[in-house]
Amino acid sequence: MRCSRLALLVFAGLVALTPLPSSARATAEEPLVVDLSRHLVEITTGFSGTDLLLFGATDPGGGTESADVVVVVSGPAEAQTIRRKDSVAGLWINSGSARIEGAPAFFRVASTRPLEQVASSALLQRLGIGLDQRNLDIRVEDDGSDAVAYRAALMRLMRARGQYDDRIATIARPGRRLFRTEIHFPATVPVGIYKVEIHLINQGRLIGTQETPLAVDRVGLGAAIHDFAYRQSGLYGLAAVVLAACTGWLAAWLFRKG
Amino acid sequence: MQIYLPIAEMSVNVFVILAVGGGIGFLSGLFGAGGGFLLTPLLIFLGVPPAVAVGTGTNQIVASSVSGALAQWRRGNVDLRMGLILILGGLVGSGLGVLLFHWLRRLGHIDLVISASYVVLLGGIGGLMVTESVRELLRRRAGGGTEPIARRHARGWIDRLPLKVRFRRSHLYISALLPALVGIAVGVISAIMGVGGGFVLVPAMIYLLGMPTAVVMGTSLFQIVFVTANATFLHATVNHTVDVVLALVLVLGGAIGAQFGVRVGARLKGEHLRVLLGLLVLAVAVKLLIDLLVPPTEPFSLAATIGAAR
Repeated sequence: MRCSRLALLVFAGLVALTPLPSSARATAEEPLVVDLSRHLVEITTGFSGTDLLLFGATDPGGGTESADVVVVVSGPAEAQTIRRKDSVAGLWINSGSARIEGAPAFFRVASTRPLEQVASSALLQRLGIGLDQRNLDIRVEDDGSDAVAYRAALMRLMRARGQYDDRIATIARPGRRLFRTEIHFPATVPVGIYKVEIHLINQGRLIGTQETPLAVDRVGLGAAIHDFAYRQSGLYGLAAVVLAACTGWLAAWLFRKG
Repeated sequence: MQIYLPIAEMSVNVFVILAVGGGIGFLSGLFGAGGGFLLTPLLIFLGVPPAVAVGTGTNQIVASSVSGALAQWRRGNVDLRMGLILILGGLVGSGLGVLLFHWLRRLGHIDLVISASYVVLLGGIGGLMVTESVRELLRRRAGGGTEPIARRHARGWIDRLPLKVRFRRSHLYISALLPALVGIAVGVISAIMGVGGGFVLVPAMIYLLGMPTAVVMGTSLFQIVFVTANATFLHATVNHTVDVVLALVLVLGGAIGAQFGVRVGARLKGEHLRVLLGLLVLAVAVKLLIDLLVPPTEPFSLAATIGAAR
């Protein structure tokens, strides 16, 4: 009975994932089955943030009922430039910078229990859970500061923008084998292909990992405008000028009549 | 109500942006200055990436200047010949300004140059306008009556310049080189600071060219329409930093605000207008100077990735 229900879940997961390029390799032997409520976060004209539901089940065999689930959501890694202001002759001006590569544009972690109780820091680092452990390529061009300070600054600035979050979201386990968590995406969420990794860890040992794809993209009018602006920038520039001039003229005309 | 800006790549409240556009449009109609020196810092303060704030700001100024210039045109306050010479100078100047901008950016000093030019130019011009206008008002209150503006003094070298042209609306017979040079200077400033340049153009027309205040407002708006249209096109094609959604919302608020500005401006005396504009310009300069002098709470900042090559 239990087995057949799990098989059903596996099948449901497969059906949901098959049309996508790098779908989770959910097979009957896998100890972990997961899916997202949606695999595309659509940034529409009225977009003000959204929540995705991540849900799944663990294999009942092998005593994994007490195992922990850790979810890592990471956005596309883009090179970032960070500048530092310093006092030069009494004026606070940009006087140093660093180029940081390998930092994801978005990062969230969710876990069933506090991370330090789930696994050793060595395992957490190996799995890329948490940003403190992540290897970043930091090239500093600044005599007054160092890579450690720039790394800390990146974390602060990204947290302030809502792109990183220190807090570990909770994963609920409504049954012995089921788990679910909500992943929040703020209005500032960057577009790109995201990676959602789900790790099953039992007594500090990694049992299985699943990966499920997620894309964040503009749709509708916003996407059309963005494409137009980048693909036919000359026409776009002309359109912007004409639109502004017409609106200004229209307003002047309306007020003359009124 | 939230709206997503496709180029700025962020979500903003429509009513906040409408209010900002309305306020800037009002000032534009009132003073003849485009209000860009306020709009760009305001948009950055709202979280719009600086490059997008500059590019979109020029687009908004196109609309509010068209609206204001048409209102002035109907009142016969545009000196067309003067305006055309200023535009020619402005197009040359903004081209030079874009080259200067790229050169400074390569040297890594563009942020400092922008801040410093805001402080020096706004502070200097604001101070000049306030002291000049207050002196004028005090003299009038003392019972001296309206003194004709002392245009004819101390312009010996100016009167000797070649290519003299008669500007009938402005009651001037001066060399065409003078407004052309003013146009070039304003074009350079406008490209570097991302503004229409009205706050430089208006005093230059009053104090340097000696134009009557009534014609100054209309003619400066007329020039700003064409120079900012050129700047918008350059920002859109070179930097991809013009957000039409943001601009349209700003324009809607601004177009309405400009009409009220023109009406209120028609009821105020020229000296009062100049004191008000001077104080506003000074306030922005002081704010930017404080930003330069006071230690920032967060010395680090993320450089914008929008507008960079991708």
